[in-house]
Amino acid sequence: MKLHISNGHIIDPASQLDSQQDLFISDGRIVAMGDHANDFTPDQTIDASGLIVCPGLVDLNARLKESGQEHTATIESETFAAVKGGITTLCIPPDTDPVIDTPAVIELIEDRAKKANRTMVLTMGALTQNLQGELLSEMLALKEAGCIGISNGLNPIKNTLIQRRAMEYAATLGLTLFINAADPWLQSQGCVHEGTVSTRLGLGGIPEAAETIAVARDILLIEQTGVRAHFHCLSTSRAVAMIAEAQKKGLPITADVSAHHLHLSEHDIGNYDGFSHVLPPLRSTRDREQLQQAVRDGVISAICSNHQPLDNDAKLGPFSETTPGISGLETLLPLTMKLVDDDELTLQQAIASLTCNPAEILGIDAGQLKVGGKADICIFSPNSHNECQPQQFISAGKNSPFAGWLFNSEVLLTFFNGRVVYQKQ
Amino acid sequence: MTNNQLTDSGQLRHFLTIEGLKKPLLTEIMDRAEQFSSISNRQVKKVPLLRGKTIMNLFFENSTRTRTTFELAAKRLSADVMSLNISTSATTKGESLLDTLHNLEAMHTDLFVVRHNQSGAAEFIAQHVAPHVSVINAGDGCHAHPTQAMLDMFTIRRHKQHFPDLSVAIVGDILHSRVARSQIQALATLGVGEIRVIGPKTLLPTNCQSLGVHVYHDMENGLADVDVVIMLRLQHERMQGALLPSAREYFNSYGLTEDKLQRAKPDAIVMHPGPINRGIEIASSVADGPQSVILEQVTHGIAIRMAVMSMALGAQSEQHETHS
Repeated sequence: MKLHISNGHIIDPASQLDSQQDLFISDGRIVAMGDHANDFTPDQTIDASGLIVCPGLVDLNARLKESGQEHTATIESETFAAVKGGITTLCIPPDTDPVIDTPAVIELIEDRAKKANRTMVLTMGALTQNLQGELLSEMLALKEAGCIGISNGLNPIKNTLIQRRAMEYAATLGLTLFINAADPWLQSQGCVHEGTVSTRLGLGGIPEAAETIAVARDILLIEQTGVRAHFHCLSTSRAVAMIAEAQKKGLPITADVSAHHLHLSEHDIGNYDGFSHVLPPLRSTRDREQLQQAVRDGVISAICSNHQPLDNDAKLGPFSETTPGISGLETLLPLTMKLVDDDELTLQQAIASLTCNPAEILGIDAGQLKVGGKADICIFSPNSHNECQPQQFISAGKNSPFAGWLFNSEVLLTFFNGRVVYQKQ
Repeated sequence: MTNNQLTDSGQLRHFLTIEGLKKPLLTEIMDRAEQFSSISNRQVKKVPLLRGKTIMNLFFENSTRTRTTFELAAKRLSADVMSLNISTSATTKGESLLDTLHNLEAMHTDLFVVRHNQSGAAEFIAQHVAPHVSVINAGDGCHAHPTQAMLDMFTIRRHKQHFPDLSVAIVGDILHSRVARSQIQALATLGVGEIRVIGPKTLLPTNCQSLGVHVYHDMENGLADVDVVIMLRLQHERMQGALLPSAREYFNSYGLTEDKLQRAKPDAIVMHPGPINRGIEIASSVADGPQSVILEQVTHGIAIRMAVMSMALGAQSEQHETHS
């Protein structure tokens, strides 16, 4: 199959390309870029006039619920949702059921992903056995089976000595450690940011210190052990400041933020809106501003979906009894592009944080458009005006607080290995 | 924020929280209660106001006093009333809470009185009941207990003339208290001059000042020249989780004794939402003393609940008529 994508506005932050060019694709690879390609007779030409052509998105943090909760969502349903959102590489945390602490689970997930055959699905191996924070997992076996990094998911390791040894062992193997920073004791009582909203609504608060203490501890251990580390889903400005400081010292630390933390704050909980129940919690408006600033400064180099599809019952109940999480695959690009529309980010910053930056964090060959590279491509319109309707999501999870939001960006076509895996009807 | 407690014409449809309600409405509740309170002194303690209406008390959390006064209030208004104690273990999932609700709704209930251990539960239920059903919050988690707050305002009004001239101190576990949150909102709405809260930092919520109160950590200064002292109940489980060292130390610091009460104005009244822990948050001599109005509060609870029930169901029928 030979494809010619013509007249698109190509954005490729990795090569700092930002111009109108044509793309030529053959056998799943980009064979030429520019005005024309020699000896190229396309089977199909796609007119991308007025559209943005960028690398397929790389999402560092998405839960697909398979294996373990297939009644909620499956790799089949969620990879379809991903490509509707322009995402062609997904990274799933180890807290599946069973946990990704044996090669067998990695094989199972890869099998299902191959069957769906729409996106690259990468797995994070468990740092400790069954994520219990006590015994190290067989990280070498996991690495050889193909896991892209190592993480203890949403189960922070309480024992500092074990955290240190896990880091040392991961560093030995050259594995990147992905961290959801949370002090388990400070977090345990709460479901919302500890602040004026928790005080008004009488909900258990999760103090800022739940994140900052964990980040501080881990930065010190990263410095000591030399492990390469990445912090997922930061929510507080002070944690960002500490990470900026550590980066300045040259420590091998990167970080991401979820798209929803760049848009929402504790006040969006309003009158107990369970759709705004997430972990880490939505913080103050000041935190939100500082998170945006950190993306501009590059301290936070990636934006992720923190996708968590849930069934309808999960959000039906008094706030603290609802399950935290947002179905985020289909809003990742429009929410990030909204920051461009609002002049918070440049187009290059926005696309970089969704493509080449997360790919670099993972150390994979993706997230860029280059001759000879894989043709994972997202084509979207930056000027479509549509209302976010979670009930229309392809994802099995319709849990989104963004219902009724107006988005200007909409994915029209997604290519995976040079093949059309999504086309807007 | 839209206020779903009110009908299109501004009448009380649900009573979930004091937040967002205006002063005239709070005054109306107290005026109504004033009319109803005389009924309790009659030979025949009944009016036919809610004859034929069905009221369901749903208590997902134990309560004796509140449930009893709601039941009595309903009976004095001639409604049919049922009280159900539902253990929360049977409804740990929201879906079964909704199932329970819809089943009871199918029995043509007109009004639910709900107590639940989770903040926001009454709001959640109000969002999911049929349009002709009203919900009264009888306490949700640490969030709100609006009828308790109104009976407290009613009690204050009976003893003190003018809300703006008053200084009111609320003492104890503000962090976990739905009563305190509702009281603070009611006092503020009624224009009370100064609202103080007194307690150790472990029992005060973060940014407590954002509730519109002055914060004190000692009784000496906190009680100085106040007109009303409201003591809160201290749950025994607060000793766990390192919130307090011991009941004895708490009583020494924050328990209301005759000595400490001397700091308040000579005619200050002492209130407590009950049930009281003698010797933990209040000395018996104060609880039973001349300044205590604690038992009056209980009596007023019936009148206030009659007022709120009649207003909510009255607004419902009015709305129903205008729409049909």
